[in-house]
Amino acid sequence: MNSLKKPQKKKVLLMGKSGSGKSSMRSIIFSNYVAKDVRRLGATIDVEHSTVKFLGSLILNLWDCGGQDAFTETYLTSQKSQTFSDVGVLIYVFDVESRSFEGSNPRDLLTYTAVISALAEYSPSAHVFALVHKIDLVQNVFRDSVIQDRTLAIQEYSGVFSKKLKVYGTTIWDQSLYKAWGDIVKSLVPNLHIIDGYLHDLAEETSAEEIILFERATFLTVTNVTSELGERNPYSDRQERLSNVIKTFKHSLSKYTHSSTASHPFSEIAIKAPRFNLILARLTNNTYVLVILPPGDLEIELSRFNIMAAKDRFVELDIMGWAAGDTERLEGKLNGRIKDGR
Amino acid sequence: MSRNDEVAEEVSDCFERRSSEAKRKSPQNFPKPDDNLMTSMNSANNEHKTRTNGDNEDLEPGNLLHADHKPRLLLMGLKRSGKSSISNVVFRKMAPHETLFLETTTTIRKEAMHSFMDFQVWDLPGQIDYLDPDFDAESIFGGVGAMIWVLDAIDNYMEPVSRLTETILHLQHSYPDIKYSVFIHKVDSLTEDFRDDTMRDVRQRITDDLYDAGLENPPITYYGTSIYDHSIFEAFSKVMQGLVPQLPTFEALLNTVSANCRFEKAYLFDVYSKVYIASDTTPVDMKAYELCADLIDIIVDMSEVYGWDRGQDQQETDRSQAVAAPSAESFVSNIKGYHLYLKEINRSALRAQVRQGFRLTIYRNLSFIGISKYSDFEISKVLVDQNMQAFQDTLLKVFPRG
Repeated sequence: MNSLKKPQKKKVLLMGKSGSGKSSMRSIIFSNYVAKDVRRLGATIDVEHSTVKFLGSLILNLWDCGGQDAFTETYLTSQKSQTFSDVGVLIYVFDVESRSFEGSNPRDLLTYTAVISALAEYSPSAHVFALVHKIDLVQNVFRDSVIQDRTLAIQEYSGVFSKKLKVYGTTIWDQSLYKAWGDIVKSLVPNLHIIDGYLHDLAEETSAEEIILFERATFLTVTNVTSELGERNPYSDRQERLSNVIKTFKHSLSKYTHSSTASHPFSEIAIKAPRFNLILARLTNNTYVLVILPPGDLEIELSRFNIMAAKDRFVELDIMGWAAGDTERLEGKLNGRIKDGR
Repeated sequence: MSRNDEVAEEVSDCFERRSSEAKRKSPQNFPKPDDNLMTSMNSANNEHKTRTNGDNEDLEPGNLLHADHKPRLLLMGLKRSGKSSISNVVFRKMAPHETLFLETTTTIRKEAMHSFMDFQVWDLPGQIDYLDPDFDAESIFGGVGAMIWVLDAIDNYMEPVSRLTETILHLQHSYPDIKYSVFIHKVDSLTEDFRDDTMRDVRQRITDDLYDAGLENPPITYYGTSIYDHSIFEAFSKVMQGLVPQLPTFEALLNTVSANCRFEKAYLFDVYSKVYIASDTTPVDMKAYELCADLIDIIVDMSEVYGWDRGQDQQETDRSQAVAAPSAESFVSNIKGYHLYLKEINRSALRAQVRQGFRLTIYRNLSFIGISKYSDFEISKVLVDQNMQAFQDTLLKVFPRG
């Protein structure tokens, strides 16, 4: 339990060739950019450090490493130990359109191997995610086969990480980005099993078909509980789809109310439909919970109470992650906020 | 449902495309899209079949266009001006950037919309000269309610302007009732100043040309549009509203509702196309429209994901739900003091129609959306529900076919 008392700092390296889209995806996931805004981004010079709080308790130290050859060289030589030590996750971005990926001179893959071997030397326990980015430039019918080809090629060059490696096809223009980043972040959340347990309890109380816990700022899925009935849902990509649509809606709300995108956008969305009930409500300061219920007026009102009742437990969990000294101050603040909101 | 079966064949091809391409598809708890959307490629017989299914009239294909009261919207313009992109984005929920992959349209594509009223949108290929005397103009322009001329703002607009004036002059004698709208399209790539200049220039040229030809005050409205934002939906809404004869009644109704329920702004939306049929008469706020359109998006998306057929398990609840939840409803609370309220109109209205033996062709996909700033809105929601019921009943009476 001791480990939960301190904020967890994890180092996340974002690497890949220049212009492959590293900063774009970072801005969309963590800085509330919409896809078309990334045009404004310039090239990243050297390393851009940013700290992102996820779920309040988890602090991601994001190293966005500029991908121009000169920079890459310094990471691999003079700054090697500094860059590659204590890495929690390496995210390597490949541009799907890159001309130097395969063939006689696979420069992309060779750089990747160099990065991988440096990582193996300094942080052998790190997770590695490879994103085949800009997949929207490939026509729909070819996407799967392209991703498959690339996966094989990347695996071949991954050395000791080839077993742990996960490859995703992504694009900033649809939900695939959320799928990849959801998984990345999941691999970093320390107290996931506790949250999972609480969520199971909540699911039983509310007889919900599905409960998904979203992080507030990014709307990435933290974890989910799905009942037997819910498993039969034909849409297997629903989590990332929801992340995507809710985030879009959040932008639209903040545009309407002229408020910052980082603030709490709404306290609740409820949908009563003939086949299901849906509540997306603010659970704690850092999370939103989505509950899918069977149809009917009664169910939605009842589970609203259940969610309210569950709030306290989740709030505790949030606080556990904070530094011990902060706890009291925050508790006061949180309670105040919960009274204001619903 | 028999209607669906018959239509299914014709639409199957466009659905395959939709399911693979479109990120957002039609919600499942809203009426099946089968009736909403069909591309029967220039086959009058198919058209005939689908159209008469509902009303059991026996019409010769040739008479169709006259007998048919569906207002028709024509999308015209030079090739590559963006007509098909517009129709795909608005009526098929294609993501704007996917329209890059669209191929040139070679035949007339007809999209039928069955929402508050039935109407068709015809996408005419740009490379055909419709003014050719050999061309059967009556089959295309007979019964047209409105024409949308799509004009590429970033291309040289001399040619399309002269083609448009030619077309208008050609048509004004035979079909004087057509309302013209000019969509100055792709304005997203122009800077704001330049956009205004372009729009002013286009308008000036068209007005001058028509004046020279002896046509004063032509019935033309101009819109700057782009598929990458809401402007295209806004423009379509305006064009569509021009075709609704009951518009003043709707507006009066919405005024009453928003006054009684303390809505700041109230809209009547066609959920499927995100076109609004009417709004209350307070000034239209583009941002409020965008918010409502995005609310529809999120609800449609969520409904699609969770509106799947749960089969047996659902049976029990189905019965209780028929009493408890007559139509989909959504509520977003406390967005910095604002509340959003959406109520689907169709379901109970449909039921009322079935009971009275009316036809099923009107009212589908219609939703009411209200924006409220009233702090006790949640408490008074029961009253709002009651008011909405009354609103719904009245709407039913306004429609002519009842």
